[in-house]
Amino acid sequence: MFFHPAVIAILLASGLGVAMLLAAAPFAAQVIRRWDTGSGSELQLVLERRTYLFSTLLAFVFAAQLLGLLLFVFNADAMAVMFVGAMCAVGTLNVNPWGFPALGAQVALFFLAAVWLAINHLDNQAPDYPLVRLKYALFLAFGPLLAGSFALQFAYFQGLRADVITSCCGSLFSADTQGLSGDLSALPPRPALWGFYGSLALATAAAGHAWLRRRSGPLLALASALAFGAAMAGILSFLSLYVYEHPHHHCPFCILKPEYGHQGYALYIPLFVATAAGLAAGAVQLCGRKASLRARAPALTGRLAATAGAGFLLFAVVATAMIWRSNLILLG
Amino acid sequence: MRTWVARQAWLIDFTVGSLARRKTKNLGLWLVYATLVFVLASVALYTQALRLEAAAVLAHSPEVIVQRLVAGRHDLIPPGYLERMGRIRGVQKREGRLWGYYYDPVLKANYTFMVPPDAGVARGTLVVGPALERERGLARENGISFRAYSGRLFSFTVADVLPAATELMSADLVLMHEEDFRAFFEYPAGHFTDIALSVANPREVRTVAAKVAAALPDSRPILREEVLRTYASILDWREGLVLAVLSGALLAFAILAWEKASGLSAEERREIGILKAVGWETGDVILMKFWEGALISGSAFLAGYLAAYLHVFRFGATLFEPVLKGWSVLYPRFELVPAIDGLQVATLFLLTVFPYTAAVLVPIWRAAVTDPDSVMRQ
Repeated sequence: MFFHPAVIAILLASGLGVAMLLAAAPFAAQVIRRWDTGSGSELQLVLERRTYLFSTLLAFVFAAQLLGLLLFVFNADAMAVMFVGAMCAVGTLNVNPWGFPALGAQVALFFLAAVWLAINHLDNQAPDYPLVRLKYALFLAFGPLLAGSFALQFAYFQGLRADVITSCCGSLFSADTQGLSGDLSALPPRPALWGFYGSLALATAAAGHAWLRRRSGPLLALASALAFGAAMAGILSFLSLYVYEHPHHHCPFCILKPEYGHQGYALYIPLFVATAAGLAAGAVQLCGRKASLRARAPALTGRLAATAGAGFLLFAVVATAMIWRSNLILLG
Repeated sequence: MRTWVARQAWLIDFTVGSLARRKTKNLGLWLVYATLVFVLASVALYTQALRLEAAAVLAHSPEVIVQRLVAGRHDLIPPGYLERMGRIRGVQKREGRLWGYYYDPVLKANYTFMVPPDAGVARGTLVVGPALERERGLARENGISFRAYSGRLFSFTVADVLPAATELMSADLVLMHEEDFRAFFEYPAGHFTDIALSVANPREVRTVAAKVAAALPDSRPILREEVLRTYASILDWREGLVLAVLSGALLAFAILAWEKASGLSAEERREIGILKAVGWETGDVILMKFWEGALISGSAFLAGYLAAYLHVFRFGATLFEPVLKGWSVLYPRFELVPAIDGLQVATLFLLTVFPYTAAVLVPIWRAAVTDPDSVMRQ
């Protein structure tokens, strides 16, 4: 399946990312050991010059991860026609054991990349680059995940065999299935609905507070993570039922399909952007204690909080509109 | 926010001016870039259109076709075979079909002779496909003779020509009456070529096929979805193969972009030196260079994609047709339906813009960290 154009593009993007990672790793280690803004040594000058290159390079690699997630899901959905038994992305990802781990790694990278890009942005604003060490340490910590994600994608695409009969979303996301997907699908709608709107309200309120007061970023980050989990559980347990107008179809991927007007993108894009912004707001405030950042960090926290709040609100509005328009009566 | 937008606007304004000062250098790169996008996008658009065409054509074919095998080869359906299959729940209609191939020495091409299911063709007449009409110069009420495989000569009158809109499926098709067909091929009475089954519910197709295989162990059920899947895989594979061949060009382009970006002229160096002397920071220069790259790649991508769209849908993809479409004597002429796929645009974007950006990063940085005094002293 390597000769599928989208697969070539996805592997090219992650492969180049890993190559850049390998190129940047020795420099990152050197920065962590030798960086000293107080020094006027030749080495420090060289490091300061090079940090421009590597910061741009890493920003590029992490930005590519944001696009990579979208393309990975979009491609999995489009490739479903090629496998017996697959009806949406779930079937394609289920063809071999590497599909879902690859998706999970990509989602984790998406959020980590967003946090890193926010810290990088904050660091670039201060004249003394106070977060350089932290930035490169984080990069070295994320590196194995980036390489692991590439390895998983490689194993997944290499193991795609057209003669494998895969299972469709109906069997994975059903109340009778063992495991997380089955448990979430089996959640009774009423408590899930409360949890869904409750956590979204909490996250929006935390975002509003962080936006107005320019603080409480960590609280917003926690609320965002909670809202993300509750939103995914809500999509599995009741929102999907409303979209399909079917009391037993719990799939979170079929809503991305053209048959349902690609509605899923209107749902997932605000949710992912809002969660990423919420997490980043927390990270920015935690990093903003250095003297040169005291004025700048709250402003960035506020902007990120505004993005997160708007995203969660938009997500809630879209979800409510889906329930409102549906002909399914789930709660009598 | 407003200051940020204004800053970017000024940077873009400056970049456009700076690009215009070095027209020839940038135009060369831009042309190569646009040509590369044009080639890749042509392949992608053409395959996508063919894929849609295949799906549209197969949409009306029967869900399951049952063939009988003897020693692993396709054989005729004997009398009583349909009855042995029995009634299968979910099958709306089942019918024996009569069709075969005829080699015409005049055109040196194969025709498909077929008996339409609704018996709409009178004895002694034919309904022919548009390619046949064109190649043999036939028209309505014309007479035509074919020498059968038995050596006998058969004469027919052309009753009608199939509409050109169906050409992809009917280019080489000849429809005839059942008795004419049996006499022409000396087909044994009561035998059929294969059996077509219509299944209303797509989820039942596999079960129906399994039941057919159980009832008639010497049969081979062929599913429409499998044919569609095979078409999709073949077209994807052809497209991927062309892309893999073109990856050499992609690499060459990345090297060219690297070379162009790192080969800073003395004038450019002086420009960057002066900018830094008047207070620009390294980050600003990188941002300016970023906008330069974005403007070049954005406009080249757009121009290349537009040219590919015109090439495929207005001029029939003359450059790549033989590789992607295949070839035959009686090849159908067909108009492709214009279609743009989001995944494809994203794929193309990643395949072209990503290597370009990666290639110019290091040269951009080299240019940006230039010391003002070292440049101006020269």
